Amino acid sequence: MPSPGEYRDRPVRSYVVTGGRSAPTRNTVRPETLVTATSPGASLPMSASRTERELLGMCQHLLSLAETAAHLALPVSAVLVVASDLIDSGHLSVRTPAAEPANIDILEELLNGLRKLV
Amino acid sequence: MASASSSDGLYVADTVQRSAKILVVGAFGVGKTTLIGSVSEIDPLRTEEAMTTASVGIDDLAGLDDKKATTVAMDFGRVTVTPELVLYLFGTPGQRRFWDLWEGLAEGAVGALVLVDTRRLEHSFEVLDQLETHSKGMPFAVAINNFPDSPRYDAEELVEALDLPPGTPVVECDARQRSDSARGLITLVEHALAAQRVAS
Ligand SMILES: Nc1nc2c(ncn2[C@@H]2O[C@H](COP(=O)(O)OP(=O)(O)OP(=O)(O)O)[C@@H](O)[C@H]2O)c(=O)[nH]1
Ligand SMILES: [Mg+2]
Repeated sequence: MPSPGEYRDRPVRSYVVTGGRSAPTRNTVRPETLVTATSPGASLPMSASRTERELLGMCQHLLSLAETAAHLALPVSAVLVVASDLIDSGHLSVRTPAAEPANIDILEELLNGLRKLV
Repeated sequence: MASASSSDGLYVADTVQRSAKILVVGAFGVGKTTLIGSVSEIDPLRTEEAMTTASVGIDDLAGLDDKKATTVAMDFGRVTVTPELVLYLFGTPGQRRFWDLWEGLAEGAVGALVLVDTRRLEHSFEVLDQLETHSKGMPFAVAINNFPDSPRYDAEELVEALDLPPGTPVVECDARQRSDSARGLITLVEHALAAQRVAS
């Protein structure tokens, strides 16, 4: 168990939380990907890591992976790897797979929304 | 956390179906965090990524102390623009190799809003160079963040001074003002939309 002080040691911590892998197992997850815990919420196996538990606990409602990383004080790259595993195991679900690249419909919707902020 | 609900502002509204993102880039201290904060519905959040000399290059580490040389920070904000669409604004140091530290950050982005400080135009050259040569056609627009002592140029002078590709939109903004920041983002999205329409 790392002591709280060790949380600042990002390179080591991110190595530990990802089990040494540097890239997600699938490429559909990005910092802006929206996820929620799958309802009714299958419980994690005993062997689940602390980060997996924290991440799943954070995702009781809709949130982007970048936000979960910031709230958990973890590097985004580490969260993407752990989230991929939780998606593969069915614990996390992705709201909508990323549109590639942002299509005309989304750009128009975005424009209309932004115009209301002016 | 157990009592947190989707209506307390931490979480994204449950009606949201899609996310989009825009990168806010620019040289050190040009107002990236300020712009993000002026538009965001949440206090800007911050994440750090480990940085290796291999991913950054020795030159960029010159002048940084050891602590800064081991992590690079990204801050970001969120704005729910329609009940079904949320926009994320990611602020990163301008150079492309820094965005590459964040897996998937540039992929799928609507485009980049490049903040420029006219008091230090030359600081923006490298950012713009990187965008033009390595961004694989990602649309970008330039927002001039005016400070009280900023020299004023008209848009044409800036296009020339910054050697921008023809058609690159240039807008002025005060990054502290929400409506100004939103106008900068609108300019970028209009530009991206025009590019998509030509392509399709
Ligand atoms: N007068 C004026 N000041 C501004 C404006 N935008 C930002 N500032 C100030 O400029 C300083 C730098 O702004 P930041 O938003 O932190 O800049 P940044 O690009 O995020 O900086 P780094 O992340 O350090 O590269 C802050 O003190 C802001 O209050 C503006 O439009 N007008
Ligand atoms: Mg900043």
